[in-house]
Amino acid sequence: MSAPATTAPAPNAAARPWWRHPRVRVWGGFALAAAVLLGVAPVVLSDFRLNLLAKFLCLAMVAVGIGLAWGRGGMLVLGQGVFFGLGGYLMAMHMKLADAGPGGVPDFMLLYGDGVVPAWWEPLRDPVVTVLAILLVPAGVATLLGLAVFRRRVRGAYFAILSQALAAAFAILLVGQQKVTGGTNGLNGFRSFFGYDLADPVNKRMLYYVAAGVLLVMVAVVRLLMVSRFGELLVAVRDQENRVRFLGYDPANVKVVAYAVAACFAGVGGALFAPVVGIVSPADVGVIPSIGFLVGVAIGGRATLLGPVLGAIAVSWAQTGLSEQFPSFWTYFQGALFILVVAFLPNGFATLGGLWRRRRGAAVPGPGDAPADPPAGTSAHADDPGPDPAQDAATAARTAGRHA
Amino acid sequence: MTEQPTAPPDAGGLDPQALEAVIAAPGSRFRHDYLEVRGLRVVFDGFVAVDGVDLTVTQGDLRFLIGPNGAGKTTIVDAITGLAPATGSVQFGRVDLLGRPSHRIVRAGVGRTFQTASVFDELTVLQNLDIAAGAGRGPLTLLRRRHVVPPEVEAALETVGLAHVRDLPAGVLAHGQKQWLEIGMLLVQDARLLLLDEPVAGMSQAEREETGLLLQRIGEQRTVVVVEHDMEFLRAFAASVTVLHQGRVLSEGTVAQVQADPRVVEVYLGSGAHGRGRAARAGGPSTEVE
Ligand SMILES: Nc1ncnc2c1ncn2[C@@H]1O[C@H](COP(=O)(O)OP(=O)(O)O)[C@@H](O)[C@H]1O
Ligand SMILES: [Mg+2]
Repeated sequence: MSAPATTAPAPNAAARPWWRHPRVRVWGGFALAAAVLLGVAPVVLSDFRLNLLAKFLCLAMVAVGIGLAWGRGGMLVLGQGVFFGLGGYLMAMHMKLADAGPGGVPDFMLLYGDGVVPAWWEPLRDPVVTVLAILLVPAGVATLLGLAVFRRRVRGAYFAILSQALAAAFAILLVGQQKVTGGTNGLNGFRSFFGYDLADPVNKRMLYYVAAGVLLVMVAVVRLLMVSRFGELLVAVRDQENRVRFLGYDPANVKVVAYAVAACFAGVGGALFAPVVGIVSPADVGVIPSIGFLVGVAIGGRATLLGPVLGAIAVSWAQTGLSEQFPSFWTYFQGALFILVVAFLPNGFATLGGLWRRRRGAAVPGPGDAPADPPAGTSAHADDPGPDPAQDAATAARTAGRHA
Repeated sequence: MTEQPTAPPDAGGLDPQALEAVIAAPGSRFRHDYLEVRGLRVVFDGFVAVDGVDLTVTQGDLRFLIGPNGAGKTTIVDAITGLAPATGSVQFGRVDLLGRPSHRIVRAGVGRTFQTASVFDELTVLQNLDIAAGAGRGPLTLLRRRHVVPPEVEAALETVGLAHVRDLPAGVLAHGQKQWLEIGMLLVQDARLLLLDEPVAGMSQAEREETGLLLQRIGEQRTVVVVEHDMEFLRAFAASVTVLHQGRVLSEGTVAQVQADPRVVEVYLGSGAHGRGRAARAGGPSTEVE
């Protein structure tokens, strides 16, 4: 996990042993994660636990995207439930249609509706169309939304509130349109996944492998984006949006790309979540789950590569364990944990190692340790970012990027 | 900005020789480049910050824009670069700039720095310059890693004397070095009109000297406007001077002409010296910690 962007070869770069080299460490960590996910977990976990882990991996996919958009791009994406839900419902719709057979009508439509499949459901009978839709619809919606919002320079808290409102509206819409969305119950009772019987434990395991493989690919993609020129530009936009504009870039475009990638990942996460869990409902896409996605990322370390994944998995794991015993307690616990991390470890647990190393090494105080100029200080009256938690976060993330 | 001297580190120092490689510009390319500002007016909530300013700066000129705090110097630069709402007309290289979004103005060849050095603290010096050089890159180039350092970036590193700290995060640079990095970014971004807002603030005497010489060399090939407070620096390097006062042009000419102008003397020595009402903020004695 490293911000290759800032792995400044310290004066002793040559003296660094090869295993400390950032590239080796990152891909070493990646290989380790792959070995655990694909090799160890399926062997040691029961079918039930493995399915649970598959669910967590789906949630972690959302987290990987948030890590890119929020950690690297500074966009406080509080409404990822929308994209998660889009992917989940698209997949669920396909599975309902497939279960109903060619020309058939999904059961819930017979129950609540007039027994006619709406025209906009029809294309999803085709598995190829479904997969394409899952990959493109959330990303497309994010692109349109992002262009509209970022071009108007809506940022920080305003963007966060807007994206959250969207998640709320989406959930309300789903509930209201019971005839075509299943309402509060959502869509459930899937019997097959692209022709594979979901009642068969072997196929459930296969789903786990798919989820693990997809997650690993996403992490690799984010890593490649982080070290690309785009990744550097994204950090530049996060820290000094105005300055980037005066280098001839349109920051809105840079942000839109990261936002769309995050949306695509969330959509894919949702699409796998539906068959893994067996249900997708408005409760999985609204405000609360949207915040939940973010909490895991914050706890894990948003600007790092693996922090969001580990944070999301850990939080989901804790949630499952704790809410079984104390059902009403979890929300408070999650809130408290979030506050503690933000207050005392603003860059998440993934940065703990770096912090500790620096403490021990009694860091060489460079001139950069002096209070940095406020990011808004570009000009006496550069556009005021206003109350902007993301900006504060970005300031705090300075060191994170450097040591994570 | 205070004059907190920051000694240039060991290997520092500007390298005018390397400049050739960055601004290797066939003279004809820029022949028609000149900045022409007519009747520029900027109003903030009824407060007239810039009031009918005319300004013509040609290539080969090194124009200094001076005036007391709050005179409207920064606001003029903001208006030219699309950051402040303005009326009137601004042309550069026969392109109308007013009303365009900032990033398009930049693509028309206009580059600026900010009063507070604003580099990307978390990115390395090299990455800062690489981003500045890259506005024209296509998506495919952007999505890949940087394998070779572009030659103009390499040359700019030498020019602004930051080659030895190329892999350090820009945030750890001394104040003067940050200003140099900004100038380097303007060079690689291929700006033909450079608007520099207090580029030597916070620099030591030696650094000022070097910066002045560098700006003179750049000014031979590009159009350069420098906003500056420091009279000594101005006397040493300005080719021409425009004095602003309360949003208007008070005087214009060579250094000698301007210094002999009684109105200028009055503004600088008389009661107007400390700006006006709402002003003092911009250039006030902020303590810059570096
Ligand atoms: N965004 C703004 N809103 C209101 N007043 C502003 C704004 N920007 C600048 N001003 C005012 O305009 C005047 C000129 O400011 P400025 O151009 O920064 O002066 P300087 O010559 O010191 O650079 C000052 O009085 C300042 O307070
Ligand atoms: Mg100013």
